Amino acid sequence: MNLEIALLLGQDGIVNGAIYALLALALVLVFAVTRVIFIPQGEFVAYGALTLATFQMGKTPNTIWLLLGVGILVALIDTIIAVRGGNLGRLKRIVLWNLVLPAVVVGLVLLLEPGKLPLAAQVALTLAIVVPLGPMVYRLVYQPLAEASVLILLIVSVAVHLVLAGLGLLFFGAEGSRTTPFSEAQFQLGTLAVNGQTVFVVGTSVVLIIALYQFFGRTLYGKALRATAINRVGARLMGISNTMAGKLSFTLAAGIGALSGILISPITTVYYDTGFMIGLKGFVAAIIAGLASYPLAAAGAVLVGLLESFSSFWASAFKEVIVFTLIIPVLMWRSLTSHHVEEEE
Amino acid sequence: MKRHLPLLVFLVALAVSPVMLSEFYVTLLNYIGLYSIVALGLVLLTGVGGLTSFGQAAFVGLGAYATGYLTTAHAVSPWLALLIGLALTAVVALILGFMTLRLSGHYLPLGTIAWGISLYFLFGNLDFLGGHTGLTSIPVLELFGYRLDTGRRFYYIIWIALLGAILATQNLLNSREGRAIRALKGGGLMAEAMGVNTARTKTVIFIIAALFACVSGWLYAHLQRFVNPTPFGLHIGIEYLFMAVVGGAAHVWGALVGAGLITVLKQWLQDILPKIFGQSGNFEVIFFGLMLIIVLQRARDGIWPWLIRVLPSMETGERVVAEAEPLPRRQMPATGAVVLEVKNARKVFGGLVANNNMSLTVKAGEVMALIGPNGAGKSTMFNCISGVAPVTSGEIDFLGQRIETLESREIVRRGMGRTFQHVRLLPTMSVLENVAIGAHLRGSKGVLSASLHLERTEEARLLAEAKRQLERVGLGGHLFDEAGSLPLGQQRLMEIARALCTDPCLLLLDEPAAGLRYLEKQALAELLRKLRGEGMGILLVEHDMDFVMGLADRVVVMEFGEKISEGLPEEVQKDPVVLEAYLGGVE
Amino acid sequence: MTAPILEVRDLCVSYGKVEALHHVNLKVFAGQIVTVIGPNGAGKTTMLSAIMGLLPSSGEIEFQGEVQRDIEVEHLVAGGMTLVPEKRELFGEMSVEDNLLLGAFQRYRVGDRDEGKTMDQVFTTFPRLRERRKQLSGTLSGGERQMLAVGRALMAKPKLLMLDEPSLGLAPLIVREIFHIIADLRQTGVATLLVEQNARAALQIADYGYVLETGSVALDGQSRALADDPRVVETYLGLGGKKH
Repeated sequence: MNLEIALLLGQDGIVNGAIYALLALALVLVFAVTRVIFIPQGEFVAYGALTLATFQMGKTPNTIWLLLGVGILVALIDTIIAVRGGNLGRLKRIVLWNLVLPAVVVGLVLLLEPGKLPLAAQVALTLAIVVPLGPMVYRLVYQPLAEASVLILLIVSVAVHLVLAGLGLLFFGAEGSRTTPFSEAQFQLGTLAVNGQTVFVVGTSVVLIIALYQFFGRTLYGKALRATAINRVGARLMGISNTMAGKLSFTLAAGIGALSGILISPITTVYYDTGFMIGLKGFVAAIIAGLASYPLAAAGAVLVGLLESFSSFWASAFKEVIVFTLIIPVLMWRSLTSHHVEEEE
Repeated sequence: MKRHLPLLVFLVALAVSPVMLSEFYVTLLNYIGLYSIVALGLVLLTGVGGLTSFGQAAFVGLGAYATGYLTTAHAVSPWLALLIGLALTAVVALILGFMTLRLSGHYLPLGTIAWGISLYFLFGNLDFLGGHTGLTSIPVLELFGYRLDTGRRFYYIIWIALLGAILATQNLLNSREGRAIRALKGGGLMAEAMGVNTARTKTVIFIIAALFACVSGWLYAHLQRFVNPTPFGLHIGIEYLFMAVVGGAAHVWGALVGAGLITVLKQWLQDILPKIFGQSGNFEVIFFGLMLIIVLQRARDGIWPWLIRVLPSMETGERVVAEAEPLPRRQMPATGAVVLEVKNARKVFGGLVANNNMSLTVKAGEVMALIGPNGAGKSTMFNCISGVAPVTSGEIDFLGQRIETLESREIVRRGMGRTFQHVRLLPTMSVLENVAIGAHLRGSKGVLSASLHLERTEEARLLAEAKRQLERVGLGGHLFDEAGSLPLGQQRLMEIARALCTDPCLLLLDEPAAGLRYLEKQALAELLRKLRGEGMGILLVEHDMDFVMGLADRVVVMEFGEKISEGLPEEVQKDPVVLEAYLGGVE
Repeated sequence: MTAPILEVRDLCVSYGKVEALHHVNLKVFAGQIVTVIGPNGAGKTTMLSAIMGLLPSSGEIEFQGEVQRDIEVEHLVAGGMTLVPEKRELFGEMSVEDNLLLGAFQRYRVGDRDEGKTMDQVFTTFPRLRERRKQLSGTLSGGERQMLAVGRALMAKPKLLMLDEPSLGLAPLIVREIFHIIADLRQTGVATLLVEQNARAALQIADYGYVLETGSVALDGQSRALADDPRVVETYLGLGGKKH
């Protein structure tokens, strides 16, 4: 290997690492706030990438029907509960968020011929379809299980992953897609050719991470999420509902997932099940951070990205084996440094 | 006889099935059997032990590839290959278990996802395992010269293996080790305090589950006579977990029900769904995923508990405790000898000093009461002494030996029994079984003899001891009640019986009288006096002053983590410092 | 007399098959301090948790003249009920200021944005918190934590303040300070439901008292009368009482 190849691999690693970092942050966030280990994160990546790709092929993505269907289901359940509890005041919000909003998005997609719109508009429409699925999934699947153990929530997460992946295959078929790059620019940095998409991906990740940092540090809602993560009972006593916090964190995670998919789809061909693997690598990073520390998760993600790109050069058949085996020394280290684990409730 | 009837009918149906059914259904039953063996391991691991694994398919793969490789490349006998496969699986499980089982709950399932993927890719990328095409022409299994070369012939070996595994698992669960396994789900603290090595117990069930999976893989390889990586991937591992959860993960028969249901459904859905969706693909996973979500939301215990309500006569436990030779007792120290001495103990949590400069002694044959306002650090002191949360500095001597660095299970072995301020019991287990956990260290028979039921004499002695202690605390009429159905006061008494089962010479009781009614309190005081008369040292934390002052020989008063007074009950009651601590209101 | 701000009728709570609270009846009027005393394990914390909607219960809870059906904590907080729990439940890794700010979360949500002014009032009541405003709440001393917990509850401008064992683990001097502050709150019209083990201190500042024993109300009455009742003296004032 010469320096040039090393730099190229390094560049690849950092681009992937930036995506893993975003996903790892979302995973840490969701786990801290809801105790859900969010395996289906990867499906949001795939849905984001493939919905955009479908627009660019001039077709209508089937994800709009999913949005509409899930919205109707949520509205139905919430309406029944509201009527039974005599809380008719809630109906307006229920209808607005679960029926009107999806209907408007679906209407726009059907009317506008998104394939001919500028890229930014396509991205916005993609996000408008995929992101609301986050809080809706929370509502349907996790909210009734809010008091369940981490293990039950994890098993359910795997089930949600299977459902969404199965639907992904149904919607997008088995073939992969790529989207047009955001930037065709090429820079020369010494001997290294840097392409614009790389800069765009890394830049967007950095901006997003800073924005999240500001959100958690400066805004009341960000602080409310942190408070829920620190002390769920304490937060409820302040009137910060765990459900609200759960929906908010799922919205953020779905947004980050879909955006990651959009960012990565010009670089890699995305299949309906690609997201799962990408998400799992975000996981390895999040586990390195013990599902707790945001900066460590980001650092772990870059490490995973680099490890992956270099091992694909040396031993490409064992790329996945190497990346997922990385988790073993990490767990080993955590196991040896963790003290006698005991949960005095 | 009547309660065995459904089982008998089931066994007869199983026995005649290969003769009666078509090839298709025999094959289906073969697969149900193979999957059930793996799911049974998950019942033990996940349903009973509370540890989740998504990676069992990888262990199935280890068993299948071990025999596939050894029998084709090295012409090893399949039976020897089985043994080698089991040994290999045990070693891999031991290593993986060592890494993840000490960590908090969710690391194990995440770890299993990671190595489930790793092993799958490894199977597919190692040249000597045939890469993604796999290994072919695996030899036919022969048993006493009888060639098992068709599905019909193979059927019996699968189902005998499964029924054997079910019987062994059921035997294991109804034993001393089985109670330790079932105690894992209640959090390790109580089990450790009763002398159970929870890390070892977790590793044991992890290995058993892996070995079951390995056997299933071995059978699979010789039934199919070829192997490739596909059936050992993560998604199949997830499917095994589904089977256990849907069937009823806490029951051995749940594994069979779940495996049967999912296998049949899958077969059916694979025919139906592509027609509905109009294209090919694994759409049954959508259905399974939704089904699992609904099962977990609505009926977390799975189908089996529902099924036994329909067949109500099937699972009724034994209702008598046989008389048995009493267990040997330890030598009690002479009355008046110091059994426990705490010197300058200090406990710091984060930056908070919970105990400082605490010293106290307990003698054999006396009741020492530790009192003080709420939050004074009494329970912390208890946890330091019993090894649950070791002291930061200072010395604790028990029977003349330093114990401040020992684990709680080592301390209970030396003769210190305890109860908890917040009752810790296994609510769905019977009172008798809960108390028998206390006698864990007084038996020695292991997992193997338990699964073969070779330890019945010892088991009878343990249960008889539990019964004896329950009668002593006045719960002799509640032996077979669910522990969770007792009122709080009786749950506390049950904890005392459990502590007595450890054969202690020092008893640590954390608020034993809280929640008891007047007469119950008197009975408890009577019991403690009797124990004191037998030479037992008793250290008591209690809020009920009448109870304490009428019973204690000496009293230590704590406030803000420190000792503020010590002496005879009447001395302490007159101490102005104590009066201030207790009664200092707002002037 | 006006209608009570809180009225609890026939409140029962069960943990699994075990009933921990049996048919408790209780009233709190505006501007009143009502105390519930009783030994450990009597069900005092259970009662507060049930009123606050943290635990499922049966019976009726009427708050500000409205019977609460299918109670949600968030809804009650928005309506002016707050609980300072026994364990304080602070946000340890956040600053004192952020903890206080989150106390006003529900008010902020509905557009009531004078949290700066309320915080000033809290700082006037607890000057020690102003000094520590940038400090992480996990690093505070026991007394300061209790002050922060009460201060955080006051940020919601409650109509009913429920305090669970505010004296727990605190030095007598601090207990005295906190109890004085609680007594002073009466002037602002806040109703207080005070659960205490420290019976004497509680009865000194309260108007009315209930004695809870193994999940039921054993006695109730004007606090002065209760303090003199020989049964209370004997059982709950412990060491000072005469023995059988």
